[in-house]
Amino acid sequence: MKLSTKHLLGIKDLSKEDISLILSTAEQFKEVLQRPVKKVPSLRDITIVNLFYENSTRTRMSFELAEKRLSADVLNFAASSSSAAKGETLLDTVNNILSMKVDMVVMRHSASGAPHFLAKHIPAAIVNAGDGINEHPTQALLDAFSMKEKFGRIEGLKVAIIGDIMHSRVALSNLYLLKKMGAEVMVVGPPTLIPTYIGEALGVKVTYNLQEALKWCDVANVLRIQLERQNQPLFSSLREYNLAYGIKKGNLESLGKEIVIMHPGPINRGVELDSDVADGKHSIILNQVENGVAVRMAVLYLLAGRDDS
Amino acid sequence: MKTILSEQQIALTVKRLAHQIVENNQGLNNTVIIGLQPRGIFLSDRIVVELKQIVPHQHIKYGKLDITFYRDDVRKALHIANATEIPFSIEGKTVVLIDDVLYTGRTIRAALDALLDFGRPSKVSLCVLIDRRFSRELPIQPDFSGKAIDTIVSDKVKVNWSETGLKDEVVIV
Repeated sequence: MKLSTKHLLGIKDLSKEDISLILSTAEQFKEVLQRPVKKVPSLRDITIVNLFYENSTRTRMSFELAEKRLSADVLNFAASSSSAAKGETLLDTVNNILSMKVDMVVMRHSASGAPHFLAKHIPAAIVNAGDGINEHPTQALLDAFSMKEKFGRIEGLKVAIIGDIMHSRVALSNLYLLKKMGAEVMVVGPPTLIPTYIGEALGVKVTYNLQEALKWCDVANVLRIQLERQNQPLFSSLREYNLAYGIKKGNLESLGKEIVIMHPGPINRGVELDSDVADGKHSIILNQVENGVAVRMAVLYLLAGRDDS
Repeated sequence: MKTILSEQQIALTVKRLAHQIVENNQGLNNTVIIGLQPRGIFLSDRIVVELKQIVPHQHIKYGKLDITFYRDDVRKALHIANATEIPFSIEGKTVVLIDDVLYTGRTIRAALDALLDFGRPSKVSLCVLIDRRFSRELPIQPDFSGKAIDTIVSDKVKVNWSETGLKDEVVIV
């Protein structure tokens, strides 16, 4: 058994079997991370470059830690402190790095499709760590892993994705994954932040009413408002957004059932989530971060092991 | 196809291996049993059943170890991991590693690396059902062996277990 793809560009390209294989391998890596020595020699002699053209805390540290736990050699690249600032193109930068014998590229870029472009031009395996408003596949995988860990299954779960659906790559990757794995999905947010045809195109329920979604769901995956990607005002103020779509303790207490709160981070406290919800008993936000390392180890391991040459 | 061990012979051999393990480890005081995933587990499960009959008063610590992430051939082939369960400390213990066939010795090399990441055992010994002599690529020998056979590289030794839908048997294909 192996992955059907050489790169991880998006959940869109993965089969159901691929996703199951990544999640089951991640379970074994999660066990590795509980051992006295948390490091395994699997990717000794594999060199990985982390190419970050956009800011990141969690994803970047999580990937770097995953790589180090697998004994890979790690190169870090941040666009702001590199020759990209002098006008070098993406392809030139990557080809220069690859000529130093690098096997894999983990990449984040503000342009949607940047890793897909790169995959056409270079031989190394590429892992998409977020491209513009397109996909963030490892986040969707770790969200799925965390849901599976909590509920024992993904199939049949009711998941509400709440917030800036329009600009969120986490939302799109989660939608693809949850639909492939047989979960039910509802997207929630102000009409200006939900793409018009998303319901028909992806087979998801759409609502503009937060409380209706919370009543329906088992899991609420709450997203950050991506102000940096909105080039025109799409709602009047963050305060107003919080009043209509921010999750407060009162929202959860009136449900009469327990739901799980997830968030990919970074949280804007007091906007999409109030602090007592983010830190409360419903939240598995920090479990998501913990699981991220195991899931990324699984992805890197399965892609590195796929070298057919 | 030639049968090397029949169902009855395997049952006898498992009993003998269990007795040898007890004999050489002072009634299993301070000893832990670790089977190697995936196929060593079928043998270690059977040996542990026997051990429980030989020393019924003794609580036997039994774990399972998967060595997939410690293999040295990640660029050549992808291997799918199995579960590792070692719910006890191996620090200062005598560890008996159990696998079905000892061939090149590379699996055991990886197993030793994996094992040492769990702590520092006072001693590690190796128990296998089939020892393919003269095929070793590393200096590794078994302490307890069910049957030693001399084979050429092109021979394929197959160990069948009832858990996989066949009867217990060792054959050369």
